[in-house]
Amino acid sequence: MIKKEMIAMLLAGGQGSRLGILTSKVAKPAVSFGGKYRIIDFPLSNCINSGIDTVGVLTQYQPLRLNTHIGIGIPWDLDRNIGGVTVLPPYEKSTNSEWYTGTANAIYQNIDYMETFNPEYVLILSGDHIYKMDYEVMLDFHKKNGAEVTIAAMPVPLEEAKRFGIVITDENRKITDFEEKPENPRSNLASMGIYIFNWKTLKEALLAKAEQPNLDFGKHIIPYCHENGSPLYAYEYNGYWKDVGTLHSYWEANMELIDIVPIFNLYEEYWKIYTKSDRLQPQYVAENSVIEKCLIGEGTVVCGKVYNSIIGCGVTIEEGTVVRDSIIMNDTYIGKNCEIYKGIVAENVNIGNDVKLGIGEEVDNETDPHIYNHGLVTVGEKTVIPDGVTVGKNSVIAGDITAEDLDNMSLGSGKTLIKAGGKA
Amino acid sequence: MKAIGIILAGGHSHRMRELANKRAISAMPIAGSYRSIDFALSSMSNSHIQRVAVLTQYNARSLNEHLSSSKWWDFGRKQGGLYVFTPVETSENSNWYRGTADAIYQNLDFLKMSHEPYVVIASGDCVYKLDFGKLLEYHIDKKADITVVVKDMPSEENIERYGNVQLGDDDRIEEFEEKPIVAKTNTVSCGIYVIRRRLLIELIEKANEEGRYDFVSDIIVRYKNIKRIYGYKLDSYWRNIASVEDYYETNMDFLKNDVRNYFFREYPDVYSKVDDLPPAKYNVGANIKNSLISSGSIINGTVENSVVFKNVYVGNNCVIKNSIVLNDVFIGDNTYLENCIVEAHDTIRANSRYVGEEEIKVLIEQNDRYSI
Repeated sequence: MIKKEMIAMLLAGGQGSRLGILTSKVAKPAVSFGGKYRIIDFPLSNCINSGIDTVGVLTQYQPLRLNTHIGIGIPWDLDRNIGGVTVLPPYEKSTNSEWYTGTANAIYQNIDYMETFNPEYVLILSGDHIYKMDYEVMLDFHKKNGAEVTIAAMPVPLEEAKRFGIVITDENRKITDFEEKPENPRSNLASMGIYIFNWKTLKEALLAKAEQPNLDFGKHIIPYCHENGSPLYAYEYNGYWKDVGTLHSYWEANMELIDIVPIFNLYEEYWKIYTKSDRLQPQYVAENSVIEKCLIGEGTVVCGKVYNSIIGCGVTIEEGTVVRDSIIMNDTYIGKNCEIYKGIVAENVNIGNDVKLGIGEEVDNETDPHIYNHGLVTVGEKTVIPDGVTVGKNSVIAGDITAEDLDNMSLGSGKTLIKAGGKA
Repeated sequence: MKAIGIILAGGHSHRMRELANKRAISAMPIAGSYRSIDFALSSMSNSHIQRVAVLTQYNARSLNEHLSSSKWWDFGRKQGGLYVFTPVETSENSNWYRGTADAIYQNLDFLKMSHEPYVVIASGDCVYKLDFGKLLEYHIDKKADITVVVKDMPSEENIERYGNVQLGDDDRIEEFEEKPIVAKTNTVSCGIYVIRRRLLIELIEKANEEGRYDFVSDIIVRYKNIKRIYGYKLDSYWRNIASVEDYYETNMDFLKNDVRNYFFREYPDVYSKVDDLPPAKYNVGANIKNSLISSGSIINGTVENSVVFKNVYVGNNCVIKNSIVLNDVFIGDNTYLENCIVEAHDTIRANSRYVGEEEIKVLIEQNDRYSI
């Protein structure tokens, strides 16, 4: 008989549209992070490090990169005879076929999957946060309190609390009330979107609310459990937890890794973050190069000068080039004598010689000022930028760029240039 | 694939000096993130040889640890697998492997129970990439009994340390002399052979009856006039590691652009055990010139013309020159190292100074690690 005490369901279907061009072809959980990782590596590694060996990954938006990355779960030791990692896309059914319309709806459509493992508890996770957390400790808390639902929550500054779902608890951390993005928050405990449910409670709630359109955990399932009198508890988490939802917060979270002793330390022995690595060669640093305050991935070749940056695996940075305060993702090539300031350069980009990125005045982005801001310049994956191009701040460039697309080989600050095509 | 693989990984050499105290040559770390045996294993895996036996005897702990899972080379298959054979005591035999042929003889059942018609024999102490499929085609084309992979060495190389080969017009081997006093040609054996499985069983059994235990002298050299033994010329990079100097130079070769491209960027890849280490980190004060740095390392000082392996910490104001720093080494502040090979897991105290004067210094410093 198959029996797992706790299984995890990882919601990885979202687009993460505020990451702009970075998520135009990949789901947010598959976006690179910290040089060699992808965002989903953090919750997946947390699972295996917490002793959870059965994880269902719910995918929907652009799943190709995510599917190839996860495979059968070898990097996370999740290739198991029983359990392991299973990718769960939406599927056609005889009666009704629909996409995943909400977080809880996605889980509802996979009741059969969860049932196979006959679990006591189900852990609901989302695939777009950077953190290390021992879910086993949270489960102990859940059991000790006799809770039916436990919500992980972290204290946030009161003035920021209005951006979050807030939980209000008594002195025993039992939840008495909720507020969704309140004007005047009564507590500073923000929900992190991490829940442990008793399987019985979850199943009952999902079936009862099945007809609810856009079925959501925060809006429907948790309130339903609360109204039915199930004991709900808040598990307070005080470690590092970062939502990398916007380009700026994504950039910031990457930059924080460079500090001498970063608040989020990847070098700890006992809580490793695992990832699928296609490369394992060392990196080569040439004569006349300068590297200062950087994280650099496997197989990268640096001949230029790199300051305060995160460089992925298999990147080439040629002679005379200066890269500063930037994120360069896997397999990108940067030619000679380029200058890159505050750039986010996605995977497999080809940048010619004498290219300048992030130069000039700061001007609001013309199409999406809420996405492209803080002076960052963003380059989409597989973009080809020919020799001698200059690109301004708060701008975005993607596709197979030629001289005709540009005004005098230059794209001003705040401009958006997104073309089809690019490096094969 | 029509062949099984045997990797001879038992050897050691006193010319490896202190480095041999810790591990067999096959487990020597190479080029920042590999072990010497990875090159033979990856070549076999990339040539679709699916059943591979590693024969090991000398100081095999480190090697066994490296081979603890076969999945990195993609061997863990139903139709194949990676087998590590150390000497065992049986009712008939309680000897160690008395030589390479004896090592095969003691595991003859592995050969008898296979069905593939050919066997590729390689050693675990060489750095190369080779398509065994092409080698096998050549072997069949020539109707050879045994094919030996050979390489023309540059004349400045010390050829007398290898097996010296003289090829006839159609590349049939006419002379084969092991470690000659004066070499007649600059063609050497690379220690890689193809042979029909049944013939190998026959020759090995016969050698054993006669009390002969070495594959090269008792089979190749002895049968060179009776059997059709051919040489297959290798034009690409190949190096054997038998001494500290070889080891040092092989690693330093990877600082050359063409060697790096050949192994790191050209198809096919070389695989190794994955260690899940974070990216390498360069703090303020890091100053790197012409060096290889591997993942998990944290660099605060100067590194020049050196190869730094995984999980190495280089302290502030350190200067590391023309050196090789093996895995998991901690180097305290203000240390100066030149012409050294720093043994794995070393902890070097701050303000130390070590220079290899006439020869490469093998540095073994097992101090307590007080801070990190």
